[in-house]
Amino acid sequence: MIYSEQHRELMRSVTKFCEAEINPHVDEWEKAGIFPAHELFKKMGDQGFLGIHKPEKFGGLGLDYSYEIAFCEALGASRSGSVTMAIGVQTDMATPALARHGSDALREEFLTPSITGEFVACLGVSEVGAGSDVASIKTRARKDGGDYVIDGGKMWTTNGIQADWMCLLANTGDGPVHRNKTLICVPMKTKGVEIARKLDKLGMRASDTAQIFFDGVRVPQRYRVGEEGMGFIYQMQQFQEERLWAAAGGLVKMERAIADTIDYTRNRIAFGQSILDNQVVHYKLAELQTKVELLRSLVYRAVEEYINGADITKLASMAKLTVGRLQREVADSCLQYYGGMGFMNETEITRFFRDGRLTSIGGGADEIMLAIICKLMGTLPGKPPAGSNH
Amino acid sequence: MKILVPVKRVVDYNVKVRVKTDGTGVETAGVKMSMNPFDEIAVEEAVRLKEKGIATEIVAVSLGVAQCAETIRTALAMGADRGILVETDAELQPLAVAKLLAAIAKTEQPGLIILGKQAIDDDMSATGQMLAALLGWPQGTFASKVAIEGETITVTREVDGGLETVALALPAVVTTDLRLNEPRYASLPNIMKARKKPIVTMSPAELGVDPAPRLTVVSVAEPPKRKAGAKVASVAELVAKLRNEAKVI
Repeated sequence: MIYSEQHRELMRSVTKFCEAEINPHVDEWEKAGIFPAHELFKKMGDQGFLGIHKPEKFGGLGLDYSYEIAFCEALGASRSGSVTMAIGVQTDMATPALARHGSDALREEFLTPSITGEFVACLGVSEVGAGSDVASIKTRARKDGGDYVIDGGKMWTTNGIQADWMCLLANTGDGPVHRNKTLICVPMKTKGVEIARKLDKLGMRASDTAQIFFDGVRVPQRYRVGEEGMGFIYQMQQFQEERLWAAAGGLVKMERAIADTIDYTRNRIAFGQSILDNQVVHYKLAELQTKVELLRSLVYRAVEEYINGADITKLASMAKLTVGRLQREVADSCLQYYGGMGFMNETEITRFFRDGRLTSIGGGADEIMLAIICKLMGTLPGKPPAGSNH
Repeated sequence: MKILVPVKRVVDYNVKVRVKTDGTGVETAGVKMSMNPFDEIAVEEAVRLKEKGIATEIVAVSLGVAQCAETIRTALAMGADRGILVETDAELQPLAVAKLLAAIAKTEQPGLIILGKQAIDDDMSATGQMLAALLGWPQGTFASKVAIEGETITVTREVDGGLETVALALPAVVTTDLRLNEPRYASLPNIMKARKKPIVTMSPAELGVDPAPRLTVVSVAEPPKRKAGAKVASVAELVAKLRNEAKVI
């Protein structure tokens, strides 16, 4: 067990925060297609939630990664996948590389306000022509005097409408595709950054997901994160945290879907008995709960090894693959037992069904996870897939 | 001024309680537990009094099994300064709790004891009143507002038909109602700081109190399941049913 009393206290506090500050507004935010990220993140920053694993020097708490995962797991109490995802982007997708490799000045300028919640961060990796195939991105940053001049565009950018800055992955050279990329902090108000449109999505409807274009966007070279040409490697490291986050974030959400379904089916009578009393229903729910616990064990083990400095690429990929598939299974099974109400948007299970679908796609699709696992098992034929070079 | 805040560990308010199959009580094995919400309001009020510079120290007390230390930690994370755990596996009823708290109050000498008006598990609403009686202190129960000035505490109480305001001489016992405040969630820095705050553990015997129950629980049963309703064709039929069957008018 990786959790101490402090972890559990943190989880209690996060759960209460979700119930008070997020859940009452979810329907309204879903309808609006956006949520007030600055307002909510400031409140979270005040609680110390946005810098758990970040260096103390820049306003973080400097705690080990198990606290971050406890936070993430407890965020499952949020009844909005969109908001949870936006928080995850802020804490574990757009900022880990900056926290690890950024210069002090750069961290003061971008990391500190992201920890206090004044800044909303987004991550610019995916492009129209490069989703899971990260190595194929086309966005380019060329040097001009002391600046980078960026041209290109990003796609499916979570927090893209509201973000103050982007952790951007761009090509800065012509060398091999895994050695020619660089991470750059780009203030979103910079001239030439065009937020082209807010994307209309199947789920995660309260999340502002954007398509963004860069046209001669000029930022100083000191906004580079770490070394030039290391962007792909940094991003692959950063992906490990993103993947653990995805896996940990699904646990409580799935358990709640199961618990809600138990509640509903227990009280719903058909053919003279409660739906729950049908063996096919309570057995299936028991099986799903069992699988959630298995995933939890895998996540905890991966976190423990990660804290101890081990390479967890394989375990994190397995956890990410599992959460994506299991969430789909849980959502689909639970929705089925709701019967007609499971097809009604007023029933919360429909939102879980829609939101959860993303997990098998974002942060490296299931197929990428499989390819990584195969590569590490030595069974992948031919050339290694992009996304696994690590 | 020192404030003593008793905090009770109860089944979490989100949990749907289930009666044990043998009817002796509610199931607590494997059930999520947390601080009694009314006590959380008491902790919050104490912390606010400290932030205003009126209180100087907040002592959180919990009585019961070893895991009650977790409940104390929650109070420490919210802003209490230290904790006292009276550890016992015995079932504790309000009179025993009041006696144990009175014994602690005699050594701690707080200027104010503030606690929930009731616990959400058994809804006894008795501990605060018994404690005041045992100590011979004034009591302000069901507080929706408190203000301290000098040696006087003014308590606005929610009573049937309105609000009653009483002025009590300190030291006093105050029990909190729902509308007194909205408790904060502990911030992570404060959770980490709470780890270093001391909790002293003692036993009922050390306090010279026999906590044996004086009341016997005969049986615990679930409320009757709600029966299906019926449709009526007219207002006249409804009135007739209310008068003759339900006998409510």
